[in-house]
Amino acid sequence: MQALYAQLLVGLINGSFYALLSLGLAVIFGMLNIINFAHGALYMMGAFVAYFLLNLGGISYWWALLLAPVIVGIFGMILERTMLQWLTGLDHLYGLLLTFGIALIVQGVFQNYFGSSGLPYAIPDQLKGGMNLGFMFLPIYRGWVVIFSLVVCIATWFLIEKTRLGAYLRAATENPTLVRAFGINVPRMITLTYGLGVGLAALAGVLSAPINQVRPLMGADLIIVVFAVVVIGGMGSIMGSIITGFALGVIEGLTKYFYPEASNTVVFVLMVLVLLVKPTGLTGKAA
Amino acid sequence: MTALTDDTLPVTPRAMRDEMIVFVVMALLLASVPFTGVYPFFVMQALCFALLACAFNLLIGYGGLLSFGHAMFLGTAGYCSAHALKVWALPPELGILVGIAAAFVLSIITGYISIRRQGIYFSMITLALSQLLYFIYLQAPFTHGEDGIQGIPQGYMFGVLDLSKPTVLYYVVLVGFLAGFLLIYRIINSPFGEVLKAIRENEPRAISLGYRTDQYKFLAFVLSGTLAGFAGALKVFVAQNASLTDVHWSMSGEVVLMTLVGGLGTIFGPVVGAFVIIAMQQYLAGFGQWVTVIQGAIFVICVLTFRRGVIGEIAHYFRRSL
Repeated sequence: MQALYAQLLVGLINGSFYALLSLGLAVIFGMLNIINFAHGALYMMGAFVAYFLLNLGGISYWWALLLAPVIVGIFGMILERTMLQWLTGLDHLYGLLLTFGIALIVQGVFQNYFGSSGLPYAIPDQLKGGMNLGFMFLPIYRGWVVIFSLVVCIATWFLIEKTRLGAYLRAATENPTLVRAFGINVPRMITLTYGLGVGLAALAGVLSAPINQVRPLMGADLIIVVFAVVVIGGMGSIMGSIITGFALGVIEGLTKYFYPEASNTVVFVLMVLVLLVKPTGLTGKAA
Repeated sequence: MTALTDDTLPVTPRAMRDEMIVFVVMALLLASVPFTGVYPFFVMQALCFALLACAFNLLIGYGGLLSFGHAMFLGTAGYCSAHALKVWALPPELGILVGIAAAFVLSIITGYISIRRQGIYFSMITLALSQLLYFIYLQAPFTHGEDGIQGIPQGYMFGVLDLSKPTVLYYVVLVGFLAGFLLIYRIINSPFGEVLKAIRENEPRAISLGYRTDQYKFLAFVLSGTLAGFAGALKVFVAQNASLTDVHWSMSGEVVLMTLVGGLGTIFGPVVGAFVIIAMQQYLAGFGQWVTVIQGAIFVICVLTFRRGVIGEIAHYFRRSL
């Protein structure tokens, strides 16, 4: 049973990364009509920024948790201003191709300087060690990742669904021209939204740095799984992305315990099944 | 959905004549390669990728469907052909048929699944499906995992053509490429191709005219996947191995890049794009990962400033369809 709980925990952790990343993808898609292929590369940048902050600046994990998303978010906003904004009005596919190109550039540059092997990032002192819960041993850092991601996801949901800023955002998704007519700076909102989505990816990167090591290609395979998560959950609902992300992580964890050979493929197989039964995805309307 | 190619010119007898002239020039140039001293292996490799890109272009350029998983057809056909040649010791022509049949079956299955969603979702689904296959091939015993299938015998095509001679192999690959290219050309200019273009331009209108658009898209997907499989089967004879790189997502990305550079929805664009990208990889092989960075930069530049591609720009300048 110990092994089962351990795999469930790993599943929850992967699920929190899926949730944070698919949440960002959904928010960005809502405003920019772009599927951000660079999301995995920006997740990786988040982890690298944390690594640099610690090793070059001596800045701790806690500050990295705040600074890395801000730095990568600013980088994302520069990308949006200089490149993505020129795609307005073009077919969606060009956004996918452009961000794929950006992902290749970012990953390639990091691979040149850091190779393909992983760099270690130590767990902060306050989160070292573990707790005995009676039925299992819980490493504190792993528990922290799950709870903190959940809080961030719910905070994002609250921001978008319950605040005035979120209302503007949702209105601009529906009808940007009309919202502009009310005197709201929609282009700036689009830039900030991209920054927010990218920041969430970078945050996931920082959280994963002590668990998965810091590698240039850490986001490359992850983003494809997240795409499958997005296809399963649909991008129509914020809560839907969060729940689908965590649920798929747990299913993946269970698969690792019961049938490890299929743990890499289970999310894709589920995607196929969902497409066969309900082609619009679990929460989505027709695309 | 806005159209991918902004200027579609009507197919006139003159346009057909232009295209045939360009085709004959291309065929003659390629046929003369063994007499010029150009390294034939490079050209053969480029021809396989050119056929793959043409097959991919059939789907995006004429059907408006961006598949981000075309490597799965290349790789699957490659593995199956390689297995048939090496383990079953089949002659080359049957080996190629096995590869094509495998890609045909795979494209029926994956097409049935992915055509259910439109636009951007279609791209994500094809990418996820090819990643699924990648992991399957990584674990399946017959692919030999990381090593791949190596040392594939080339044998005698139809019992007479010795494929271990580079010149003979070159002409076999060239004939295969030209046959595939002409087939795609025929499909594009058939009534089926016209309907496909109509769906790309305005799907609701095509539906209102009574076309079952999903069936057309499905058929285009199967044709494209099967032809991509043909390219994969030919590539086995050139590279003499079948490995995981051929099923990896980066390969799917390269195919997209080739077509984008040459020109989406142009007839000759994918061929030009394939030669440009393969040549670039050859010359920059010593620069390691910078090749990836350069490829990414080309993507960015093409999307931002050069959406018509090389052939698309030329065609636009001369007001011809090429």
